[in-house]
Parts: sequence; C-alpha cells; structure tokens
Amino acid sequence: MENNEVLKKVDKNAFKRIGKNVEKMEAISRPNLTYWKDAWRRIKKNKAAFAGLIIIIVYVILAVFGPLISGYEYTQIDSSRMNQFVSKEHWFGTDELGRDLWTRVWRGARVSLLIGFISTILNTIIGGLVGGISGYYGGALDLVLMRIIDVLYGIPYLIVSILVMVVLGPGVSSLIIAMVIVGWIGTARFVRGEVLRLKEQDFVAAAKVLGVSDLPIIVKHILPNVMGLIITNLTMAVPKAIFNEAFLSYIGLGISPPECSWGVLAKSGVKMLRIYPYQLFIPSFFICTTMLALNLLGDGMRDALDPKLRGTE
Amino acid sequence: MGKYILKRLGISLLTLLVLITIVFILVRLMPGDPFASDKLTPEIRQNLERYYGFDKPIIVQYFTYIKNILNGDFGYSMKYINQSVNTIIADSFPYSFDLGMRGLSVSISLGLVLGIIAALNRGKTLDYMSVIIAIIGTSVPDFIIGGLLQYFFGIKWGLFPVAQYKGIEYTILPSIALGFYTLAMVSRIMRASMLEVVQQDYIKTAKSKGISNFRITAKHQIRNAIMPVVTVLGPTVASVLTGTFVVESIFAIPGMGKYYVQSVQNLDYSLILGMTVFYGAFLVLANMVVDILYGVIDPRIRVAGK
Repeated sequence: MENNEVLKKVDKNAFKRIGKNVEKMEAISRPNLTYWKDAWRRIKKNKAAFAGLIIIIVYVILAVFGPLISGYEYTQIDSSRMNQFVSKEHWFGTDELGRDLWTRVWRGARVSLLIGFISTILNTIIGGLVGGISGYYGGALDLVLMRIIDVLYGIPYLIVSILVMVVLGPGVSSLIIAMVIVGWIGTARFVRGEVLRLKEQDFVAAAKVLGVSDLPIIVKHILPNVMGLIITNLTMAVPKAIFNEAFLSYIGLGISPPECSWGVLAKSGVKMLRIYPYQLFIPSFFICTTMLALNLLGDGMRDALDPKLRGTE
Repeated sequence: MGKYILKRLGISLLTLLVLITIVFILVRLMPGDPFASDKLTPEIRQNLERYYGFDKPIIVQYFTYIKNILNGDFGYSMKYINQSVNTIIADSFPYSFDLGMRGLSVSISLGLVLGIIAALNRGKTLDYMSVIIAIIGTSVPDFIIGGLLQYFFGIKWGLFPVAQYKGIEYTILPSIALGFYTLAMVSRIMRASMLEVVQQDYIKTAKSKGISNFRITAKHQIRNAIMPVVTVLGPTVASVLTGTFVVESIFAIPGMGKYYVQSVQNLDYSLILGMTVFYGAFLVLANMVVDILYGVIDPRIRVAGK
C-alpha cells in the first residue's frame, strides 16, 4: 500500500520509452586504448624505467646545451689551470691540459650518445630488412642468407671492429661503420625467427585469403607485431654500443684527440687515477648512470611492449 | 647426434676460413707501413719486402698465408725483431688463459651462489643486495671497475699488489675486474631460473613426498635451474676474452691482450694476423663446444638443429 502512495506522487511524464538506439549501443564509452598508448601507460607506472627515461632525456639535453653554457671550448687549453679540482669556474675541474672537464664531459656525451644511437638504429634497420625478407619469403633466398649469417655470426664482433677501426682510422663515422659491419647480424637472426613464427599465424593466413598483397601484409600485419621486440632490442643495444665505443677509444682506436668521447675521458682518467682520481670518477659516473638508465628503460620496455602482458597490471 | 656435431663442425671451419680471409684483406687495406722509417735505404726495404713476401701478387700471398696457417706457422713479427708470432703467442697466452680461467670460475661460481641466495630470499634484503650487485656489474664498464679496484684496493688501502702478475695475490684484482660483468649476468639468469623452477610440478611432487627443503633445493631446484646458465657460456667466453685487452693493460700483465692492442697500434701486420686468427679460432672452437654441449644437455636443440 505504501508503495502505491509513493508511486502516485511520481509524475508519470517522467517515464518515457527510449527504445533501441543502434548507434549508441555500438558506441565506445571510453577512449580507445591503442597498443602504444597502453605501452606508454605501463612505462609510466614502472618507476625504474621512467626514471631511466628521464635520466636519458636530461643527459641528451645537457649533451646539446652543456658545452655552450660553461663558457669554455672543449679544446681550450689553459696551462695556468691544470688538474684543478671542482670549483666555481670549472664545475667538474680541469684535466691535465687545463681543459674544462664539464665542457668535455658533455661534448663527450654528444659523441658517445650519437654513436650509440646511430649505430644501433642502422643495425636495426639493416638487420630488420634482411631478417624480415629472409623470414617472409623463405626458400632458397632464406637458405643462402641464413648460411651466410651462420658463418658471420661466429666471427668475434669486437675483433672485426678493431680491424675495421685500424683500416678506417679514428673518427665518429668509422666507429659507426665498424659497429654496423657485423652488428646487424644479431638483429637479422631474431627478426627472421619472429617473422617465421608470425607468418604462420591465422591473421596472416586470413589476410592472404582476402587477397591482400605482400607489402600491406608485411607493413600492416607483421611489422606491428615485431615492432615491440625490435624497439626493446634497440634500447638494450644502445648501452652495448656506447660500451663498445668506450672500449675502442680506451684501447686507443676510437676517437682521437682533441675530439673527445666518454671512452677517451675514462682513458685519460685512468692514467691520472693515482694523483687526480676525480678525473676518472666524474666521467665514470656519467657512463655508468647512462648504462643503468638505458638498461632499466630496456627492461621496462620489454615488459610494456610484450603483447602477452597487455591489459594486466 | 653425430650428424649434428658434423654440421656444427662444418660451419665452424667455414667461419674460420671467412675470418682468416676478412682479416687478410683488412690488414692489407690498413693505412701506414710497417717498414716506415727514414733509416731504411731502398735496397734494404726491397730486401725486407722480399723477405716477408710482399713483392708477390696478393693472391699468392693469400695462399701462402693459408698454407702457413695450416702448418701452424704464423710467421715473424715485424716490430719485435727476431721473434716469431708463434713464440709471442706461446709466451703470452698462458697469462691470458690463466687470468681468463680465474675470471670465469670466480664469476660463474659466485654468480651462481648469488643467484641462488637471491632466489631463496626473494623480496628480502639479500635479494635486493644481489640486484644492486647485478646492476653495478651490468652498467659499469670493465676498464672503470679495473681502475677503481686498483685505486682503492691497490693504492689507497694497499690490500693487494697494484700491478703485474707474479703470484696468487696478484691475480685477485684482475680476476674480479674481468669477471664482474659475467658474475652479474649469471646471478640474474640463475635467480630468474630458480624462481621459475620452483613453480614446476616436480617440485610439488617432491614436497608432497615429504622430502626436506634442503634436499629439494639442492637436488631438484638448482640442478634444473642451472640449464639456462649454460646458454650464456658462449657469449661469456667472448666477453671475458675481450675483457683481457683492457684488464691486462690496466694491471700491466704481459698477456696476449696487451700484445694485441700494441700490435694494432704498431701496425705489426703479421702479429695482428696471427693473433686475430688465434683469437678467432679459440672463440669459434669455444662456441662450437658450447653448442654441442647444449645438444648433449637439451635434446630439443638437437632436433631443432636438423
């Protein structure tokens, strides 16, 4: 009875039939979460990876602007101010020729980061193309390419880089060439493996049945699926390339003075270690934190870009 | 199995041949001249070139070189007078081999222990400590680790000799510097693998049978978890080997790495060629042994390799 009383008070006009609205039924109420948006969201949630990303961005900015704001040139020798410790004039001190270490560290960062990123990107492009073509088309081409890669893969990477450096002479471009000459092989191998696996999947078969030609299948169906792995691989390879540059410069083959890189700075730092340890500690700090940041970012990317983990926390 | 080994052997030999050819071509392309010196008259120069066979066509030089290598003869050094490449390698290789073996054994054994401890104490302080060690190991280059070890333990605190290689106390710092990266890698892989094995059914079976925790860990968990570590042994040998270049020059150890770097800087053609071929052969062989080892340990690889 009481319910009826309540119902009488309610205005009947407030109720009306809505019926089916086909458009609204199909509408997506939340913003569409693409693969990349989801990956970015997960990177942001991963504190270590995000910190790594920020460190890299800060270093890149400093590499670009750092040498400009100190007021010194990286080649500027000052015999009255040799081996000075950190001070107001020289934020990181000076080296054995009186050159400002702050300027040299960021000049070195420019060279090291440039070599690291460019050689890795080139490796990825070449390796991705060779591996992709080999894996997708298969047959005799694949057989030949894979035999060549099998043989080349066994050749010690650093030894070939050393020899190439000796032939080409020191310099940024020869360093990049030395690293690319054998560096693409690893990428080619894993991209081929991935493509081989993907091309057997149902969605590729479906696309083929629908009459899609090869290029769109590669670009629209296979590439996006390999992309995550390629980018993860790329992030992991950058610290290795920076490391190799430092190694080659350290043994006297990479960059020649007056140009500098982190490897060159570490080399002269080790030489002065007994008397002026800060000359090793400062460049080492930046080498190590860069490696750390890139490794953390790479780990985070691997988790974020793994399609199997998508949507999970 | 025999077929698999044979195939692996064929690829290795081909790799070696390609390596020798690449090295030969690259060395001939190198700028500079090992006989560059004002003191040499043209006649002496010609004699030297004849002596080392540089007057013959390059193809003939190539085949002579291959023939000599097959006979185990790497020729004479062009900078160290009257020393054959063979004697230089024979003199210096034992140091590098000793150092490399110490570096490897230190890093693998400590890495395994660290990984096991970390996995057994998952989420506790010991686990975080092992993570920190792993992070340091993978992000600090070996020349920096070597320099820092030398500075603190050698110079500042005087606990170990600063340089050279004359006895057991001399070997400790270089071995750590050499093995740190591998230690970090092995501990990370072992930790991950231990944690994966814990979830397997056979561990549950063992538990339900009432076997003690210690025996489960020792006999079931560790034994199965060690497999993935074997897969990094190949790359590890390579990284330890190139690590010796740096570590030997920091600690003034008269090993092959030091000679190699010097020969590259001196443009000592025959020494570069000989040492590169030696290194290459060593690495190719090491990789082959590791690959065959996987085949023995894990039958799935053998099947996939066919």
